[in-house]
Amino acid sequence: MSSKPQDVEALLAQKYRHGFITDIESDSLPPGLDEGVVAAISRKKHEPQFLLDWRLKAFRHWQTMQEPTWAHVHYKPIDYQDISYYSAPRAPANAPKSLDEVDPKLLATYAKLGIPLHERARLAGVAVDAVFDSVSVATTFKEKLGKAGVIFCSFSDAVRDHPQLIERYLGTVVPPGDNFFAALNSAVFSDGSFVYVPPGVRCPMELSTYFRINAAKTGQFERTLIIAAEGASVSYLEGCTAPMRDENQLHAAVVELVALDNAQIKYSTVQNWYPGDENGLGGIYNFVTKRGECRGRDSKISWTQVETGSAITWKYPSCILKGDNSIGEFYSVAVANNYQQADTGTKMIHIGRNTKSTIVSKGISAGHAENTYRGLVKILPSAAGARNFTQCDSLLMGPTCAAHTFPYMEVKNPTATVEHEASTSKIGEDQLFYCLQRGISAEDAVNMIVSGFCKVVFKELPMEFAVEAQNLLSVSLEGAVG
Amino acid sequence: MILLKITDLSARVAGKDILKGVNLEVRAGEVHAIMGPNGSGKSTLAQVLAGREDYEVTGGSVTFEGRDLLALPAEERARTGLFLGFQYPVEIPGVNNVYLLKAALNAKRKAAGEPEVDAYEFLTLIRQKMKFMHMSESFLTRGVNEGFSGGEKKRNEVLQMLVLEPKLAILDETDSGLDIDALKVVSAGVNSLRSPERAVVLVTHYQRLLDYIVPDQA
Repeated sequence: MSSKPQDVEALLAQKYRHGFITDIESDSLPPGLDEGVVAAISRKKHEPQFLLDWRLKAFRHWQTMQEPTWAHVHYKPIDYQDISYYSAPRAPANAPKSLDEVDPKLLATYAKLGIPLHERARLAGVAVDAVFDSVSVATTFKEKLGKAGVIFCSFSDAVRDHPQLIERYLGTVVPPGDNFFAALNSAVFSDGSFVYVPPGVRCPMELSTYFRINAAKTGQFERTLIIAAEGASVSYLEGCTAPMRDENQLHAAVVELVALDNAQIKYSTVQNWYPGDENGLGGIYNFVTKRGECRGRDSKISWTQVETGSAITWKYPSCILKGDNSIGEFYSVAVANNYQQADTGTKMIHIGRNTKSTIVSKGISAGHAENTYRGLVKILPSAAGARNFTQCDSLLMGPTCAAHTFPYMEVKNPTATVEHEASTSKIGEDQLFYCLQRGISAEDAVNMIVSGFCKVVFKELPMEFAVEAQNLLSVSLEGAVG
Repeated sequence: MILLKITDLSARVAGKDILKGVNLEVRAGEVHAIMGPNGSGKSTLAQVLAGREDYEVTGGSVTFEGRDLLALPAEERARTGLFLGFQYPVEIPGVNNVYLLKAALNAKRKAAGEPEVDAYEFLTLIRQKMKFMHMSESFLTRGVNEGFSGGEKKRNEVLQMLVLEPKLAILDETDSGLDIDALKVVSAGVNSLRSPERAVVLVTHYQRLLDYIVPDQA
């Protein structure tokens, strides 16, 4: 391993350099959560009344809810009164001043991942402005998007500049009371991203490039809302393949996608947060609610995710297929090594006629990890002619890991077609020996076998990220076999 | 020149002694055939020579070009020119057949201090060998042994052998499960590799293979 977990932890222990947004006051709220805290967050962000009311309603609902226990994950109880729900930028007390001060092992990992030089510094927590001028790059993108009429900004900016869009769409896919973590997020969300693509517009660029430059403000309670209007299309990439500095243990994000008639949204995620050390200490808890609604006819929402990080992942990107002929897709690679626990999958809710969904899930377990696929395919009585295809494959590396598959199906329309295929395989001693006998090293052989296993999912990723995702996979599984 | 020298080799698998004092000398330029009934340890010998870890060597020695073969890990044995044609070639889904072979060739070249082949060079080489083995172009795009018939898998093994040009090829029942036409093609492949510097060890059940590949010693 080029970056030992301890080194990452040491980095994590340092003060986080980046604030959530640039225009907040320099104070933080003390730990604890009550209506006063919710109101204070809203006030600090100069939010309109409707949003404050919305937050408070979510908070009151959250108080009546129980933390879910059905997921196949185990962790110590979280003390929600021990978290500070508003943090302003902190003083760069221990942050490195230049790349020379950054742990060389971390830099080696970046090099392995193929992260461009100018981004390595930002990821390692070096003061950005000193290294490269991100503002000018961002501005160029902003102009290009602006010309096409695409709105792409932070959630806070959207609340300020486009409150009517926020009011119309916020919480319409993931209602504030949807689940425990979504309710918490709705009450206290800090910031996130907002995208609106107007009717008939094909977003002129992958929103990934821009996002990577701004990724540092990823918060603990992130809120993302993407709307593709009639006939619009957009491809959005969330996350980053590099290990990010992050001192928040609990992450509870909400992502909502809305696709109107003939609209298409492609949402790709590469998640590589700190997974804890090889003994299962530390690491991020990632409890995310992601859902897209194909609200209009002939619309399409596609989720692609590569999950290699976090100590615990609890995540089910889902599609509500409301419009007739709408299409939902879910392509996933989830890797769990050491003591990581992943409980992930998807829900496809077929409401409209002739709706189609495809689920391809690839789970890879190594070390002492637990990897669970949990999926629901629900076909309502209205969904005549609905079709689903599900394929779940698990790959086990070594004798101490585990894979579980919980596919649920509810079919209430007799004209529907639902197919499910599942397989579990061990990374074959036979496959490994075959490669060794051809002169290929064990490390290269494992990479080759795992990449082959994930190929159908990588194919769905935007080009430049497919390569990085592949590299990431090999870094995550380094030393897992042989 | 003695290429392979096996002296009093004993080995066990899962606590069971399978090889009990095997002796064999293979000189460059020779073709040997090892015949015998099921369970007589032919495949075990092949696997032990190739360096499979779950086969425990309990006694004896093996030298390959004078070097202690048993001291080398499997991948280094392969890189120094030992090739095993598997009895049951394994499927590796999603991994391109040609990609694996190119990686194998380059690993060998790298170990020998030679430059890696580029994609164009390699494609030319493999097209030529595939033609010789009567294999269709579709082998270029398929996964390693993925969905191959028994006969296709064996042809693929011989194709790999022709590309890697080993000094010593051990073919473990490469002839079993082949119809007569496939047997001729596979035999032609093996015969084309015969040269004064190389040697082949055939492990087989059937006399019929030896009608096509005439061994020096059986």
